[in-house]
Amino acid sequence: MRKNLNVIAAYSIMMGLIILVGIFQSWNIALSIFNLCLISAVMTMGANIQWGYAGLINFGIMGYTALGGLAAVLISVNPVQEAWSAGGLNILFSLFLIIGMVLAVRYVLKKYEKSKTRTYIIATIIILGIILIRFVSEPGIEAIEEVDPAKTGFLGGFGLPIIFSWIVGALFAGGLAFVIGKVALGLRADYLAIATLLISEIVIAIIKHEDWLTRGVKNVIGLKRPAPYEVNLQQTDWFINLVEKFNSSKLNLISDFAERQAALNQFVIEGSSIFVKLCYSGLFLVVVIILLILTQKALYSPWGRMMRAIRDNEEAANAMGKNVVKQHLLIFVLGSAIVGIAGAMLVTQDGLFTPGSYRPMRYTFLIWVMVIVGGSGNNFGAILGGFVVWFLWIESAPIGLYLVNLTTSGLDDTHFLKVHLIESVPYFRFLMMGAGLLLIMRYRPKGILPEKIEIK
Amino acid sequence: MDFLNAIILLLNYIFVPALAYGSQLALGAIFVTLIYGILRFANFATGDMMSFGTMFTILFTWYFQSVGIGLGVLPTALLAIPFAVIFMVGYMLLIDKFVFKYYRINKSPPVQLAMVSIGVMFVTQAVVRIIIGPSDRRFFDGEKFLIRAGEFKDMTGLSEGLAIKSTQVITILVTVILVSTLFWFLNKTKTGKSMRAYSDNEDLALLSGIDPKKIVMITWIIAGILATIGGALYGLDKSFKPFTYFNNMLPIFAAAIVGGIGNPFGAFLGGYVIAFSEILLTYAYKKFFMYVLPESMEPDGLVQLLSTDYKFAVSFSILVIVLLYRPSGIFKGKVL
Repeated sequence: MRKNLNVIAAYSIMMGLIILVGIFQSWNIALSIFNLCLISAVMTMGANIQWGYAGLINFGIMGYTALGGLAAVLISVNPVQEAWSAGGLNILFSLFLIIGMVLAVRYVLKKYEKSKTRTYIIATIIILGIILIRFVSEPGIEAIEEVDPAKTGFLGGFGLPIIFSWIVGALFAGGLAFVIGKVALGLRADYLAIATLLISEIVIAIIKHEDWLTRGVKNVIGLKRPAPYEVNLQQTDWFINLVEKFNSSKLNLISDFAERQAALNQFVIEGSSIFVKLCYSGLFLVVVIILLILTQKALYSPWGRMMRAIRDNEEAANAMGKNVVKQHLLIFVLGSAIVGIAGAMLVTQDGLFTPGSYRPMRYTFLIWVMVIVGGSGNNFGAILGGFVVWFLWIESAPIGLYLVNLTTSGLDDTHFLKVHLIESVPYFRFLMMGAGLLLIMRYRPKGILPEKIEIK
Repeated sequence: MDFLNAIILLLNYIFVPALAYGSQLALGAIFVTLIYGILRFANFATGDMMSFGTMFTILFTWYFQSVGIGLGVLPTALLAIPFAVIFMVGYMLLIDKFVFKYYRINKSPPVQLAMVSIGVMFVTQAVVRIIIGPSDRRFFDGEKFLIRAGEFKDMTGLSEGLAIKSTQVITILVTVILVSTLFWFLNKTKTGKSMRAYSDNEDLALLSGIDPKKIVMITWIIAGILATIGGALYGLDKSFKPFTYFNNMLPIFAAAIVGGIGNPFGAFLGGYVIAFSEILLTYAYKKFFMYVLPESMEPDGLVQLLSTDYKFAVSFSILVIVLLYRPSGIFKGKVL
C-alpha cells in the first residue's frame, strides 16, 4: 500500500480535476473529457508496450488509429447492395489478384537464391500485377462510386454490431504492423521513427482517397451505437422516472405544474446525454481494465523480463538465445493492435468516421507526449499520462484565455495585441504540450510515475 | 513539330516545377543531414523551424512593403531574408543553449534527442501560429512570370506554351549559389574541414584540438540560414501555411535518407530525386502521348501512373526500396 501511495495520489488528483470540471463547467464536458482520456489511455498503453517494454519507436500511431476507425465503418455499416452488384465482382477479383501477387513474390523469394535476376523478377511481378489490378478494379471502382454518391458511393460494411469492430480494428492494425515490422524493424531507432511516420501518412492517404472503401473525405456519418440514443431515452418512462428521482429535491421547489414539467424536460434532455456518455465510459473502462490486467501480467511474466532484457541489452539477450527479431515483431504487432482497438473505440464514440481529421500532431505526437510525460515502461504511468495530457489539451484553451486576460488586463478590449492573442488562444495548447514535454524530459526523464521493477 | 511540342509540354509541367520543388527540398534535406551528421539526431522540428524562418521573412516583407522599400521586379522577400536569417539563427542558438546542449553534454542516446526535438516542434509550431496565425499567406510581389505561356507561343509558333515563373528561377539560382558556397565552405575552409572531421569521428576530432562548441555553433548558424532560405523560397513559390510546412518534413526526410544521411551532397541530389519521382509518377501523360503517338494509338485514359493524392506514397516507396537495397543511401552516408 505504502509504495503505491504516489500512484493513488496521482490518480486521485486527476479524478478530482475532472470532477472540478464537472462542477464548474458541466458534467457533460467532464464526461466527454473522461471518455477521451480513457481512449487516450488505451492508445498510450499500446505505445507504452512498444516503447516502454521493448524500446521500439513507433511514430505510426495515427495510421493504426485510422485503421481501427476503418474497421468500425466496415463492421457496422449496412452493406450497399447496389454497389456490390455494380462493382463488387471487380473488387473481389482484384483482391484475389493481390493475394496471388503476394504469393508469387513469396514463391520467388523462397525458390531462388538472392541475386539480381531475382530482384528483377520480383519487380516485374509487382509492376505487372499493379497494372493488371488497375485494369480490373478501375471500372468496378467507378461503378461503385457512382451509386448514389451523396449518400453511399461505397461498398458499405457487414452490418454487425459496432462492438465487434474493436476486435477487428485490432486485427487490422496488427496485420499492418506485421507487414511494416517485416520491412522496417531492422532499422536503427530514429530511422524506424521516420519510416513509421511516413507509412502512417500513406495509410491516411489511402483511406482519404479510396472512396469506394471509405467514402474518403465525404465522411461516413450516423454509425450504429452500442449505447441508446438520446432521443429514444427522452421518451422512455423508466428514464424519466429516474431523472425525476435524482432531481426530486430541485423539482419539489417548483410548485407550478407546467413549470415543473418544463424543468423536468430540461433535466431529462441533459440527463439523457450524460447517461449515454456514462454508457460509453462503462464500456471503455471495461476495455482499459482488461488491457491493464493483461499488460501488467505480461510485464511481470518471464516474457516481460525477457523483453526488458532485450530492451536494455540486445546483444546480451541475443547471446542468451532469445530471438530478438521475432520478439520485436511480436511486440510491434501487439502494441499496434491495442492502438487499433483505441481507433475503433474513438469512431464508436463519435459515431462518425472523418478521414480528414487524422493528423500526426493529434494522433501520433500527442500520444508520445502522453507516454513520455506519464512514465514509459509503467502502465499506470502511461495511463496517467493519457489522462493528464488529454485534460490539459482540452482545458488549455480556457486556461490560456484566462492567462491572456490576466496579462493584458491593462490594455483596452479593442487593442490589437489583445484581440490577436485572444484569437490565438487555441494554439497555446501546443505551447503547453511542448513546454511540458521539454520540462519533463529534462527534470524527470522517467515521467511522472517512473518505471519500477520489483522482483517477486 | 509535334515532338517539339511534347518536349515543351514535359518541360513546362514536369521539368521546371520539379527543379524548383527539388531545390526547396534539397535545402531542407541538407539542413536535416547537417544536424544529423554533426549533432547526431533526427530533427523532427525541421518543418516547423523552416516555417519559423519563413514567418520572419514574411514579417520583414510586410514591414518593408509598408515603408515602401522594394526591389522592383524582384520580390521584396529577397531583401527580407537576411534580416530573417539573423532572427532565425538567434532562435536556433537559443534553443540549443536551453534545450539540446544539456543532452549533448550528457551524451544522451539519439532517440532521446529526437524526442526532445518533438518538444521543440510543438513549441515552435505554437509560436508560429500565435504570431502569424494558421492561415494561408502569400507574400510574393514583383514580376510574376519570366516567360508567359502566351508570349512563348507567339515567340516560337508552337501550340504548347512554356511558362516560367520568376520564383522558380529565383529558387534555382539561390539554391545553386547557396549550395556551392556551402560545399566550398565544407571542403576548402579550415572550419568546414573540422566540421567534416567532427562528423566523421568525434573522438579523433576532439583529440586533434577541434573546438566542439565552435563546431556546434557554426552548424546551427548554417542550419538557420538553410532553413530560412529553403522555407522562404517554398513560400514564395507556393504559399506559406504552417501545416504544409510541417507536412513537408516527410519528403525532406526521405530526400536526406535517400541521398545518404550525413552526406550533404547526397541530400542535395536526394531532394531532386524525390521531387522528380513525385512529379513524374503523378503526372497525367495523356497529352504527351497525343503529341508523340500517331492518332490511331492515342490513349483513352489519363495515362497517370498514380493519382496526385499519393505524392507522399511515392517518396516513401523510394525510401523503402533504398533502405532495403542500399541502407546507406544512394551516396554513401552513415549506415543506419
